[in-house]
Amino acid sequence: MKVYDIELHSNLMLGTAQYPSLAHLTGAIRASGCAVVTVSLRRETADGTGAGFWDMLRQTGARVLPNTAGCHSVQEAVTTARMAREVFETDWIKLEVIGHADSLQPDVFGLVEAAGILAADGFQVFPYTTDDLVVGEKLLAAGCEVLMPWGAPIGSGQGLRNPDALRTMRAHFAGVPLIVDAGLGRPSDAAAAMELGMDGVLLNSAVANAGDPVAMARAMALAVQAGRAGFLADPMERRDMAVPSTPVLGLAELM
Amino acid sequence: MHITVNAKPHDISAQTLAGALAELGVVSPAIATAVNGLFVARDARATTRLAAGDRVEILAPMQGG
Repeated sequence: MKVYDIELHSNLMLGTAQYPSLAHLTGAIRASGCAVVTVSLRRETADGTGAGFWDMLRQTGARVLPNTAGCHSVQEAVTTARMAREVFETDWIKLEVIGHADSLQPDVFGLVEAAGILAADGFQVFPYTTDDLVVGEKLLAAGCEVLMPWGAPIGSGQGLRNPDALRTMRAHFAGVPLIVDAGLGRPSDAAAAMELGMDGVLLNSAVANAGDPVAMARAMALAVQAGRAGFLADPMERRDMAVPSTPVLGLAELM
Repeated sequence: MHITVNAKPHDISAQTLAGALAELGVVSPAIATAVNGLFVARDARATTRLAAGDRVEILAPMQGG
């Protein structure tokens, strides 16, 4: 997968939140083979744990994609992005402008506005968006070179709620990297997304909340590889009726 | 001067953001700052003057999805 002229060696991106321990997190990063991990910014604590986490993450060698999670307005998201750029020393930003605190649905109007501001400021924006085509077009016009549509609500583990919409996005945005960002729960969900022609998936809860996060990271990596290989192999068309796979010609008359 | 730092009230004598960070004992290089909702770059902290009632945010790396 190539995003913003950077060739990534894996189609899997991994979130770093909610793991039972930092050891589980580093184990999952290694097992997933991911090239990119997402990170965030929160208020500095008295014991300065943030710097320790950041040092640990840098040792994994993964490229970081800071997010603006929890931002509900354009100004919050833009300010958070600028703070993240300074701390994490990257122009990459996973832009989230959240519309609803309960559904965590993106505020796509604020998202487009913030994306334009940040792209003009030199950011390389990864927008967390819905599967709406028009919103996708406006995000590209605002300067985004990648789209991150949701599969299902963040953290829900429901899988692909609307695969037809993602299939339509794939057809409409040929050549644009598409990464399913949210809502995947199982390896089959990740494989399904990749079979649709998505360029990548971003997983967090599905791995971190598994009983064995490291084993799930490995399973997800295999699923992403299988789904991608399946897409490239051009799957057969579905049929309404049965078609015998064993040749009928030469069938004996035994009645 | 009364200011708010990460939503907690503080009484500081420093006049600048850099001075306030030093006074509060914030020494980690892995932080970013904002005053009243606007980003203040590391290089600008020494010249950013604070006023009573200012809201300072000091953010650090954290796990995220």
